[in-house]
Amino acid sequence: MKNPLDSLWGTIITGLILTLILHNAVSYYLGG
Amino acid sequence: MDWVPASSRWIHLLAGVMWIGLLYYFNFVNVAAAKAAAADGTAAGISKHVMPRALLWFRWAAVVTWLSGAALLGANFGAAFLLQKSHVAIGIGAWLGTIMLINVWGLIWPNQKKILGMVPATDEEKNKARRVAFLASRTNTMLSIPMLYFMAAGAHTALFFG
Repeated sequence: MKNPLDSLWGTIITGLILTLILHNAVSYYLGG
Repeated sequence: MDWVPASSRWIHLLAGVMWIGLLYYFNFVNVAAAKAAAADGTAAGISKHVMPRALLWFRWAAVVTWLSGAALLGANFGAAFLLQKSHVAIGIGAWLGTIMLINVWGLIWPNQKKILGMVPATDEEKNKARRVAFLASRTNTMLSIPMLYFMAAGAHTALFFG
């Protein structure tokens, strides 16, 4: 499997996915 | 006016723009430019005149960003890094920024010194250094996306998590 960080778009999409995961984790943690 | 938090916030933003601005320059501009320059034999100008200067401002801007961020957190430093509920958003931003700072000084800069010939390295070591520095830089670009989200959320929590 190709490393997503080898391409700029793969890097950006990975960052957006991580943002979404962390946002949901914090929302859950804060009881929102 | 409360001088310490006000000036810390200002310096944090100034240094942060320089740090992440140069990070984006490396990833969005320089990687492709260096590849094209290597293909037509003009890469020496970039590695001799551009990269040492860009990396100097880059790595020290990272330090100033972290220190001014720590000053800005002040008494809330522990609450942020312990991810207590009251400071969880800025805490995640601070952790991501800290990981990025460690990447700069622990992976990017030591490997760039080998690539640019500032420390002795064999061709094999240089090739390995190129890959490690590239992936560390791309990792920081990737981490900057949630890092900036949580930095903004830290100052406006209700807007993001209300």
